[in-house]
Amino acid sequence: MAEKFVAKLSEMNNGDRRIVFVGDNEIGVFKHEGQFYAYSNFCLHQGGPACEGLTIAKVEERLRPDKTSMGLYFSEDEMHFVCPWHGMEYDMKTGECVSDRKMKLKKYKTVQKGDDLYVVA
Amino acid sequence: MDLIADRGRRVTIEELNTTRLLSHARKQAHQRNLDDMVIVDVDAHHYENESYDEFLPYMENDVLRQLALSSRSKNNRAGISPSQVGYQDMGGRVTRYPMRSSEKTEGLKGAQRDIQLGHRWMDAMSVDYSCLFPTGMLNIGLHPQKEMEVELCWSYNRWLTEKVLPEGGNRFFSMLCLPFNSPEAALRHVEVFGDRPNVGGFMVTTVRSDMAVYDNAYMKLYRALEERGLVLSFHSGPNWGEPIYKSCNRFLAAHALGFTWYNVVHCTNWVINGMGERFPKLPVIWIESGLAWVPFLMQRLDHEFMLRPSEAPLLKKKPSDYMRDMYYSSQPMEIQDYGAMECTFRMMNAETQLLYSSDYPHWDFDLPSTIYDLPFLSEKAKHNILGGTAARLFKLPPRNDKQKENLKRFGNLTAPAAAA
Repeated sequence: MAEKFVAKLSEMNNGDRRIVFVGDNEIGVFKHEGQFYAYSNFCLHQGGPACEGLTIAKVEERLRPDKTSMGLYFSEDEMHFVCPWHGMEYDMKTGECVSDRKMKLKKYKTVQKGDDLYVVA
Repeated sequence: MDLIADRGRRVTIEELNTTRLLSHARKQAHQRNLDDMVIVDVDAHHYENESYDEFLPYMENDVLRQLALSSRSKNNRAGISPSQVGYQDMGGRVTRYPMRSSEKTEGLKGAQRDIQLGHRWMDAMSVDYSCLFPTGMLNIGLHPQKEMEVELCWSYNRWLTEKVLPEGGNRFFSMLCLPFNSPEAALRHVEVFGDRPNVGGFMVTTVRSDMAVYDNAYMKLYRALEERGLVLSFHSGPNWGEPIYKSCNRFLAAHALGFTWYNVVHCTNWVINGMGERFPKLPVIWIESGLAWVPFLMQRLDHEFMLRPSEAPLLKKKPSDYMRDMYYSSQPMEIQDYGAMECTFRMMNAETQLLYSSDYPHWDFDLPSTIYDLPFLSEKAKHNILGGTAARLFKLPPRNDKQKENLKRFGNLTAPAAAA
């Protein structure tokens, strides 16, 4: 497994992403709330660029104790990234497809060395 | 370009470049040697509203043309074509919707821009030929004025056949919009436009509140199509404003049901009224309702017909047999259960009756790999569905020697090879 340079740590802010090419493979690296997450850039649906679209908080429907709906809200703690081809959503922290959590994008390790960020692929 | 995400947070997305966006589709095509197969997309779209200024002047009636052109002025908020509430772009999650204007096309506008964008996605997916349909005008059946429906269809069809299709390198064809609320005008469209190059047939938008496909008023129209060897297609759509869908509080529900249900209703009326017996040589395609409805409707209609044949006296075989005589576009394929899908393919004779469609650039488009990768399909079925059957139906030639060989191998070579 080789380490592939992603970016200078000082140049990646929360909400930023980079797409890294390793041979025919593509890996999306996100910085979210100070943590780095790296996933395969091939959507499990039809192979779209899963990591290149919008990042957006999970949408939740909140219920009262009597099961009546309070309506729709953005989650306070779950961020998603969305494949731009068809809108398939993935959990930022796990790479799980949020409409079927058995489906998961391949996850890659990241390594920090000084001011450099690498992905292990 | 920044898109708005949760709580007004801005997310920067690269400007749209269709070739770049679909680079993975190009990889798939290369891995599967799709360039060696003729691939025909029988349902793709452009946004004709971006070209109103080019085609509205073709409207024939002076007063209606003035009304339409006037509504194009900057300060006029009136619409020309009926519009609907809906969230096709999923709040910007499907980025090509909000980013569309950011795509560069060498300064081209209108028809020329449509052609360049079309060629970009076709080349990425390895699509050789694409049947171009409008987007906003899929709602034309909801226009309160019949005469405006006629005028808009007329001007769009003139522009499409005179400015768009001739410039498309013979890779675009169309089934032109019929003003179906006016049977006589629809017939005139067939008589005037039916023989033009790259016209494969005519299309009825099925989002209509009152549409009786069996009405005697339409028989001349169907005969005219049949005599000319043209195809009649029914393109479905959603309509959240339809009374029964007003109980749907999510677009997902109105979309999933609407797209299917309009074609379920019209296909039922078509079959039960014996249109297959009246016009046996008229090819009919049901477009963009997915596939899962087909076995449902076959079983439902066969069951009722067995008990009530007196209400369908023109039928000489079961309703499902007539349904198997017709064609279906593939998108959006409900790829959830291969067993169910294999049964669906068997019931509809997919090997000869199913036609690949992408619906690009709309949000639920399907790549050719959705057909090619199905584990239960024979090689012949893959070739037929992806383009062989459509090449035969629309007389489309192969674009290279390998394609010619493959069309010949599966009995689909009907037109001479393209010069290109």
